[in-house]
Amino acid sequence: MIVRRVWPSRPTFESAFAEMDDRLRRELVRRLDPSYGNGSPEPAAGVFPPINVTQDDERFYVRAEVPGIKPDELRVTALRNRVAISGKREIPPEHDRVSYHRRERAEGSFSRTVALPTEVDAEGVDARYADGILTLTLPKAEEAKPRQIVVKT
Amino acid sequence: MSSTEQSEMQKDPEQTRPGPVYAPAVDIFENDEAITVLADMPGVKANELKVDLRDNVLTLHARVTPPEAASETPVLREYAAGTFFRQFTLSETIDQAKIDAKLTDGVLRLHLPKVERAKPRQINVRSE
Repeated sequence: MIVRRVWPSRPTFESAFAEMDDRLRRELVRRLDPSYGNGSPEPAAGVFPPINVTQDDERFYVRAEVPGIKPDELRVTALRNRVAISGKREIPPEHDRVSYHRRERAEGSFSRTVALPTEVDAEGVDARYADGILTLTLPKAEEAKPRQIVVKT
Repeated sequence: MSSTEQSEMQKDPEQTRPGPVYAPAVDIFENDEAITVLADMPGVKANELKVDLRDNVLTLHARVTPPEAASETPVLREYAAGTFFRQFTLSETIDQAKIDAKLTDGVLRLHLPKVERAKPRQINVRSE
């Protein structure tokens, strides 16, 4: 039987990986990640809650996924260009004698601060909670709003 | 040999619509009467959620409508609205008529009562 040798000597696990180019290795690690293939291009920040920020000419919109939290357990503060969201998620214990099969939902306190590109009018901030999503609407400060400039001929 | 390989390669059917699919985090616990499933599904409205139980397979499926208006441009993106999908095989027999599903603040609470005959019975041992 003829065995074709790819590596000059018997390859160890490490030497096989050393042959690989760094990019290929990163790609492999990425594919081994359980979240790969879910189609999410966003890097998992590993923090709670995940936050999306969008803007239009007048406002910023900050949305956070905070399922199962009572609105009065959420604290939102805004100062200059910073918005802080903090709170506590509690999962009440089940009083019946139950046996758990899975426990994946996390509980505990959280706190996050997001720096926005420009300052906001802290007085005009609106916070709403629906279906486990916290939505903050933050009007941009007057001096941060874009102005239309008329081009004269 | 090849037949065992084929059965191992069995895969969930793909969805026809493209887009991200997320598995919601769940707590599952049971007592003598029922199995309870709690699932985090932020952004899901009650009319978008489908809960299905057939052939002992429980399916949770919800499509989230993105809340952003067309005029908004993204600044920071840490999560995407997509589809929540997860399936579980239940070994116990569930009383289909008494299933109760409640969606509160993005958390689904699914109460699956077991049928009478599946409930364990305490048997008293008498001494003569």
